[in-house]
Amino acid sequence: MKKIFSRPKSLKDNPFHYCPGCGHSVIHRLVAEVIDELGIQDRTIGVPPAGCAVLAYNYFDVDMCEAPHGRAAAVATGLKRILKDRVVFTYQGDGDIAAIGTAETIHAANRGERITAIFVNNAVYGMTGGQMAPTTLVGQESTTSPGGRLPIRDGYPLDLSAMLGLAAGAAYIERTTVTSPKGIMRTKKAIKKAFQTQLDGKGFALVEILSPCPTNWKMSPTDAARWVEETMTQVFPLKVIKDVA
Amino acid sequence: MSGKTLMRGTHVLGEAAIRAGCRAYFGYPITPQNELPEYMASKFAKMDDAVFVQAESEIASINMVIGAAAAGARVMTSSSSPGISLKQEGISYLAAMELPAVIVNMMRGGPGLGNIAPAQGDYFQATRGGGHGDYRVIVLAPAYGQEIADMARQAFDMADHYKTPVMILGDGMMGQMMEPVEFPEPLDLATLPKKQWIVDGSKGRARRTILSLWLDPPKEEELNWRLARKYEVISSEIPDQEMYLTDDAEMVIVAYGTAARIAKGAVHRVRESGMKVGLYRPKTLWPFPEQTLKGLCDHVREFMVFEMSMGQMVEDVRLAVEGQRKVSFYGRPGGVVSTPEEVASILSSAYQANHQKP
Repeated sequence: MKKIFSRPKSLKDNPFHYCPGCGHSVIHRLVAEVIDELGIQDRTIGVPPAGCAVLAYNYFDVDMCEAPHGRAAAVATGLKRILKDRVVFTYQGDGDIAAIGTAETIHAANRGERITAIFVNNAVYGMTGGQMAPTTLVGQESTTSPGGRLPIRDGYPLDLSAMLGLAAGAAYIERTTVTSPKGIMRTKKAIKKAFQTQLDGKGFALVEILSPCPTNWKMSPTDAARWVEETMTQVFPLKVIKDVA
Repeated sequence: MSGKTLMRGTHVLGEAAIRAGCRAYFGYPITPQNELPEYMASKFAKMDDAVFVQAESEIASINMVIGAAAAGARVMTSSSSPGISLKQEGISYLAAMELPAVIVNMMRGGPGLGNIAPAQGDYFQATRGGGHGDYRVIVLAPAYGQEIADMARQAFDMADHYKTPVMILGDGMMGQMMEPVEFPEPLDLATLPKKQWIVDGSKGRARRTILSLWLDPPKEEELNWRLARKYEVISSEIPDQEMYLTDDAEMVIVAYGTAARIAKGAVHRVRESGMKVGLYRPKTLWPFPEQTLKGLCDHVREFMVFEMSMGQMVEDVRLAVEGQRKVSFYGRPGGVVSTPEEVASILSSAYQANHQKP
């Protein structure tokens, strides 16, 4: 019988620790498939975040270098500047990239660092137990925004990707989802383009992926997927934010 | 550049670093050390294999250091006191990830924003681990231009050899002072041992991960034991000091860096009056060269510590002599630089007071 589906080479044979319905597993797979398809497994270095994906090095079968919380873009800058012909990607959540790591990310983009950032936005601090994130929607319940995010108290959700779109050094920024087959295919295409942008030496590339967190949103996986599509995309519309790649 | 060259301390450090194989520098402007990044920027601009990035912050620059070190480069960052506070997160990670890097602190007056005058208020931060967790940083304290050059080379060699961050602790005065210096020949990078642990893509070898997260406490304990064993080896191999006129000394002044130069001037003056004083100058602040200092207790009756701070190294001196001898302290914090006359007067009063005792 012909084998038509298997684990990508760039994923290790380790069961994911992610919760049921979480987007990370799918996104890991897509990144690994792209690395396989581009034939860059043995010249790729990944930089995992602090957050739910902190153990990403247990899954990606490429060289990995950990970064302090939020500092992935700076660590990736150091790696890439030394290893100019290698491929360096960061994998970060919304707290990591859009709160504590805002400065590192914006300046890496603005310098046009030839790195690829995978930005998984689930509108909540997942690993620490569901606190308010920079991307938590107005009115969205979290353990540190009781009664829902209240702008006068908590401010507004931050659209980091839109900000990055303004950076002259950013070559390609797109926002996608992984909550439908169509969204997953679109996401894979975007990830591939983000890696290709680096390979072509065009500049900073980032894919923001809206990703469900049923556990902390206290929803079923299907409700969480629906919430991404119907509610989250109202605030974070799916689109190519910048493309000069 | 052969023979002696007249150069300011910051430029000496930069030139010596490049000759030691430094090929990556990341930093952020802060006075009084800006001439160092400026030197690196101008030199690296003419080199094909060197990387200079002016980062958006001290935090970003130390994390770029992490990346470049993980990629195998000889890498350096520099700053002054407030900026070094910001780097502490990254220094803790460098220690935990066992990455070699050289960090320069040209200390200025503090705490807070302080001022831009030479000071030594960061001794605790440098030697006690300014970041979180159980770790140590090798701290080298040059006092002369030539020593800046020599220690810069040593710093890169030690960092690679022990896979650990090394700090060069100077101050604003040392950075500005011009002195004649002789540099070693540039190191041929190809002669250095190949780093078998870097992450540079995994062509032809097994995949590698460099990390500091050990969720399982016994694993984290294992890291801590491994680091502790390494620090033990370092403590037995590298302690170094200058002992000046200590053979017959009854009283010894202990000082490092710029303060030690002032103290040496004071020792000369006090010797002229016939008083038997000497200088003990630690060249490594961590590990502190406690054995040689303790050894002086066989003939030295009293120690005086002089620092450009309110008294920080004095604690290490007291630990070293273990209560066998009186240890007094004199210091001027906040960027005030004492004159040799001032220190000589304090030293001779203390000597005379001690000498009159039965």
